[in-house]
Amino acid sequence: MVKKSISIVVFLLLIMTVVPVHAAAPTAETLETSINLVWVMFAATLVFFMHAGFTLVESGFTRAKNALHIIMKNFLTISIASILFFVVGFGLMFGKSLGSLIGSDGFFLNGRSDIDFFVFQAVFAATCATIISGAVAERIKISSYIWITVAMTAFIYPVVGHWIWADGWLAGMGFSDFAGSTVVHLTGASAALGVVLILGPRIGKYAGNKVNVIPGHNIPLGALGVFILWLGWFGFNGGSTLAADPELVPSVIAVTLLSSASAFISTALYTKIRFGKVDPSISLNGVLGGLVGITAGAAEISLGGSILVGIVSGILLVEGVRFLDAKLKVDDPVGAITVHGICGIWGTIAVGLFSTSTGLFYGGGISQLGIQAIGVIAVVIWSVGLVTLFTAVINKISPIRVSHEEEIAGLDFAEHGSHAYEWNESLLQGKTKELHDEKPYIGLAERLNKNPY
Amino acid sequence: MKKIEIVTRPEKFKELKDRLYEIGIGGMTVTEAAGTGKQKGKQGLFRGTTFEIEVLPKLKIELVVDDVQVDEIVSIILETCDTGSIGDGKIFIMPVEEAIRIRTGETGRKAIL
Repeated sequence: MVKKSISIVVFLLLIMTVVPVHAAAPTAETLETSINLVWVMFAATLVFFMHAGFTLVESGFTRAKNALHIIMKNFLTISIASILFFVVGFGLMFGKSLGSLIGSDGFFLNGRSDIDFFVFQAVFAATCATIISGAVAERIKISSYIWITVAMTAFIYPVVGHWIWADGWLAGMGFSDFAGSTVVHLTGASAALGVVLILGPRIGKYAGNKVNVIPGHNIPLGALGVFILWLGWFGFNGGSTLAADPELVPSVIAVTLLSSASAFISTALYTKIRFGKVDPSISLNGVLGGLVGITAGAAEISLGGSILVGIVSGILLVEGVRFLDAKLKVDDPVGAITVHGICGIWGTIAVGLFSTSTGLFYGGGISQLGIQAIGVIAVVIWSVGLVTLFTAVINKISPIRVSHEEEIAGLDFAEHGSHAYEWNESLLQGKTKELHDEKPYIGLAERLNKNPY
Repeated sequence: MKKIEIVTRPEKFKELKDRLYEIGIGGMTVTEAAGTGKQKGKQGLFRGTTFEIEVLPKLKIELVVDDVQVDEIVSIILETCDTGSIGDGKIFIMPVEEAIRIRTGETGRKAIL
């Protein structure tokens, strides 16, 4: 009897819980909000997936002995960035402006209800920081890399973001950077340059005037990474509309596609003309160059204009990689500084040329071009300067580079104790004799299963 | 004719090869090898468990040269491959009865030049 009455009570409770609380019928307004949310959240997850792309590109384009190290760096970047952007970065970037320089509230998302916007911006912050990972590959200590990532995501990137995407002084001037050629890519590449200047080239990369090739160990892996980045970029640019705008979203995605496709073709053709053969791995970089190039102007460049932007990106990429490697002797194993920096500058400047509303080629005069140039210079000075200073300080405290022996042995073994690929398993079976001599240890699972041993 | 077999650290190969080219040794056979000697293996870590790697990656370089070149080559190897730590490897020298170039059928010194 008691049991029965309890079950009736439980049954009634269950019924009560399924009574719809939000009984109000959806209005056009709530539906619009929902559709916008679905698009921005989906775009955010696409941007998140770009980190898989970065991981594969960077590990494929470098040597097998450093693959685990690169995987760890990339996982650390997205993890550290997500948490620090929640704690402090988002507040510094989008909080109440102090003198148009820096945000000052909203830490821990205090007083903010736009969690969707936070998620979208957090994965962007991680993207900016992870650009450094490729440039410093194969020689930086993981601990030093962590400190640089902390500085980037907690301070250096949010400040740039505040200048351009919040109530900052560059935004006030009319500086235009739709999805972040400057905010994300140029900031990351400038930081990468700053770290590499202190870190130096990999052992054996430059011998006097001779530039040695250190080939990547798995280009197919890198190619998959580029495709994943390409896919993710439709969220990166497409989601920067921050709404499922029926006109803007398709055109942003279309110009992203056209620019990257034309950049791949122009890079491939240009390497054929310049070097006599079509160079696959730099052509893959070409796709990324075209993507970075259109990122700033994706909302205001026409379909035809985007093809021109892409073609120029592809050629700039090849010349940029050659210039950095052969002339400046800046060792950037995956071409990150060129892809994100040089093509980032080009993309930002391209807004001043190709913008259908303010661009020089559309009768807008040179004022937008000038504003774009000021933004580029300001961001380069800020990022290169601050990161170089910060890296120099932590390098004084403890060298940011692994030892000569560790670099030769490979960072996977030196820093993590094992390899990504074991080249011959049979050679690794150590201490077999001892195993036979010792009584086998029976684990809990075996004992519970009444293992006969 | 003598065969010189060098087992050494992989990272020393490039320097050694460049030095050998300088004195006109253009032909060699290189094999990825693994070995153990005085330099016992090293300890690795995988998913929280340590393990022993008892043999370490080395390169084996084989050269067949004229008798008069042997001393010079050995001194180059000693200069380039010596790091002062255990694990630098070994040089083995042995006589070669005959060498034949497959394309032309030339034998002896002509076949290895």
